[in-house]
Amino acid sequence: MPSATTTRDPAPPACVLDRQGLDALVQALRARGRTVIGPTHRGGAIVLEELRSAAELPYGWGVELDGGHYRVVRREDEAAFAHSAGPQSWKNYLLPERVRQWTADRAPDGELTVRQERHPPASYAFLGVRPCDLRAIAIQDRVLLGGWHRDDAYQARRNGAFLIAVECTEPGATCFCVSMGTGPAAGPGYDIALTEVLDETGHRFLARAGTAEGAEVLAGLPQRDADAATRTAAAEAVESAAGRMGRSMPPVDLHTLMASSLEAERWDEVASRCLTCGNCTMACPTCFCTTTEDITDLTGDHAERWSRWESCYDLDFSHLPGGPVRQSGRSRYRQWLTHKLGTWWDQFGSSGCVGCGRCIVWCPVAIDITEEAHALHQEQLARRAAGEGTP
Amino acid sequence: MTTQARPRLAVFKFASCDGCQLTLLDCEDELLPLAGEVDIAYFLEASSAVEPGPYDLALVDGSITTAEDAERIRHIRAESRHLVSIGACATAGGVQALRNFADVAEFRDIVYARPEYIETLATSTPIAAHVPVDLELQGCPIDRGQLLEVITAFLAGRKPDIPRHSVCFACKRRGTPCVTVAHGTPCLGPVTHAGCGALCPSYGRGCYGCFGPSGSVNMPAMIPLLRSDGLSDQDVLRLLHTFNVAAFAELETTEEAPHRWARPEGERS
Repeated sequence: MPSATTTRDPAPPACVLDRQGLDALVQALRARGRTVIGPTHRGGAIVLEELRSAAELPYGWGVELDGGHYRVVRREDEAAFAHSAGPQSWKNYLLPERVRQWTADRAPDGELTVRQERHPPASYAFLGVRPCDLRAIAIQDRVLLGGWHRDDAYQARRNGAFLIAVECTEPGATCFCVSMGTGPAAGPGYDIALTEVLDETGHRFLARAGTAEGAEVLAGLPQRDADAATRTAAAEAVESAAGRMGRSMPPVDLHTLMASSLEAERWDEVASRCLTCGNCTMACPTCFCTTTEDITDLTGDHAERWSRWESCYDLDFSHLPGGPVRQSGRSRYRQWLTHKLGTWWDQFGSSGCVGCGRCIVWCPVAIDITEEAHALHQEQLARRAAGEGTP
Repeated sequence: MTTQARPRLAVFKFASCDGCQLTLLDCEDELLPLAGEVDIAYFLEASSAVEPGPYDLALVDGSITTAEDAERIRHIRAESRHLVSIGACATAGGVQALRNFADVAEFRDIVYARPEYIETLATSTPIAAHVPVDLELQGCPIDRGQLLEVITAFLAGRKPDIPRHSVCFACKRRGTPCVTVAHGTPCLGPVTHAGCGALCPSYGRGCYGCFGPSGSVNMPAMIPLLRSDGLSDQDVLRLLHTFNVAAFAELETTEEAPHRWARPEGERS
C-alpha cells in the first residue's frame, strides 16, 4: 500500500509521456489485471468510471464550478485533466455505499451458521487522483485502518489500489487546497504522478514514479527523458494553479476556531439555509460514517448484516432511546463542520477537510464551508473586540 | 411453525386507487413464501374469503373521506395488534386531499351528474388523524422492497429499516450526479422521503415528491431553490400539490418558525 510509508524519492528519474504513452499506461495496467478507474464525460458531468482506454478520458472538457453549480464546458485545448473534483470521489470505490459484513443461516434442526463475508482483494488502478484526493485517501486510511478496529473490506480494496496522481493545473472556483495544505502539487502516496503540459511544443505528461511498482510500470511505456522545458512548464503550471484558488480558509487555526465557536450565532443563520439533505457528506471524499443494516428473510432462517453510508445530517444518525440527539438542523450542521475542521484533529491527528470544494459545489443551496469558517472567524473577532471594549 | 401460530395479516382499503395494496400482490417471488409465513385473513383484492378479526398485522391503504370510513377505521384499529398505513393516501390524505384547500361542495357539483347522491367529508385525511398508527409507510405507490421489509421485520420482531432521510442520499449512493446542481433541473429530492431509490433523477428528471416529506424538511430553504431553478410561484405550488399535498402544505407556512421542521419523535415512523 503506497501511502503506508511516505515516498522518499531521491530526485526520481522523471520521464515524459505523450498521449500515446498515456494510452499505453492504461493498457499496461489492464494487462496487469487491474481495473482502471478514471474520469470520463457522461451525462453532463465528469464522472469516475472504468476506462478501457485513455481515449475515454475527458479530452477537451473543463468544468465551471460555483456554490450549488456545476457545468461541463468545452475547452479550447485538448487537456485531459483540466477539470477539478467531480460529483464522486475515490471513496465510491474504496468505501462503497453498501457492503455485506456477514450472513447467518439457521438449519431445520436449529443449528446456526454464521459466515463472515470474505472480501476478495480488488485490483484497481485509479487514474487522475488529484493531490487533494490523494490526501483524502490517506485520511480515510488513518480512519479506517489506523485504529483498533480495522475495516477489512476497505483494507482489501486499498491494498490493491494503484494510484496515479495528476497534479492540479486548472483549479476550480470552489477549490482551496492551498489553504488546507494538500495541493496543487502531489504529496506522498502515489505510485505514479503526472503533470499535464500543453503548450506550443505539444501535449504531454511529465511522469515520475513514487513506488517500485510505479517505476516498473513506467519503464515499460513508450517515453522520453524529461527535458528541461517540460520540467519547467510543469512546475510553472502547478505554481500558477496555487495562485488561482477560487476559495480560501481564514488564516487561523481552524481547530481552535471551531472549539471556541460552539455557541456562535452563525449556526442559526446557516441552519436557516441548510436543507439537511446530506449531499455534502456523501460528496465529501473523507466523510466515512456508515451504519449497520440487519436484514432477514420472510422465514427468519436467513439473516445478513450490511454496512451502508450514513450521514450526520440524517435524524437517525444520532437516534438513541428517546429520539435523535441532534434534532435541529443547527446541531447537525454544527456537528459536521466542527468535526470536519476541528475535532477530527483530536480524533485522527489531522483536518478532515482537504479543500476539494465538493461540499460547496454539490450543496443544492450553495452553503460554502469557507464562507462559514470566515463568518465564524469574523464573529469571534467581533466578540473579542466587544469583550475588550468592556472594562 | 404450526398453522395456528401463523400471524394473521389483513389488508384494508379506504379512499385510494388500490395501487399500494397491489404492491403486495406484486411481490411475485416473495408472495408464496409470505403466504407460508402469515395467514392472509382479510385481503379483498386477493380473495373474497374473509375471516373475522382480531388481526396481528393490518395494512391500511387509502384516506378517510366519509363519516362511515371514519367509523370503520376505529373498528379496524380495535381489531388489529399492529396497524401500518401504506401509501400517500393513508399517510397524507393522497391527491384527493386537494379538496382540503377548496370547496368540496363545488367539486361535487362539477364532477357528478347527481351530486345529491354523494355523501362525503369536506377533507381527505390520513389514517393517523383518526387512530394511532404503529408505522406509516410513505410513497405513491409504496416501494415493494420497503413493504417486504416492514412485513419481514414484523415477523422477526425487529424494527423495520425505513430511513427517514432525503432522496439525495439515494442519488449519492447510486452515483447519480445531482440534477439540480449539474443541470439546473428543479427537484424536490432534498425534502422528499427516500424509498424509491431515486428513480427519477437517475433518468435525468427532478424528483416530484411522490414519497412525501422526509423526516427533516426545511421548506423555507427549498422554495427559493425551486424558484432559482426557474419555477414560478404557481409552478412551485403545482409541484407540491400532488399526492402528498396535505403533508407538504403543513410545512409550507414557514416564515414564523424557520427552525422547527424536524418532525417530533414518534409522529413518523
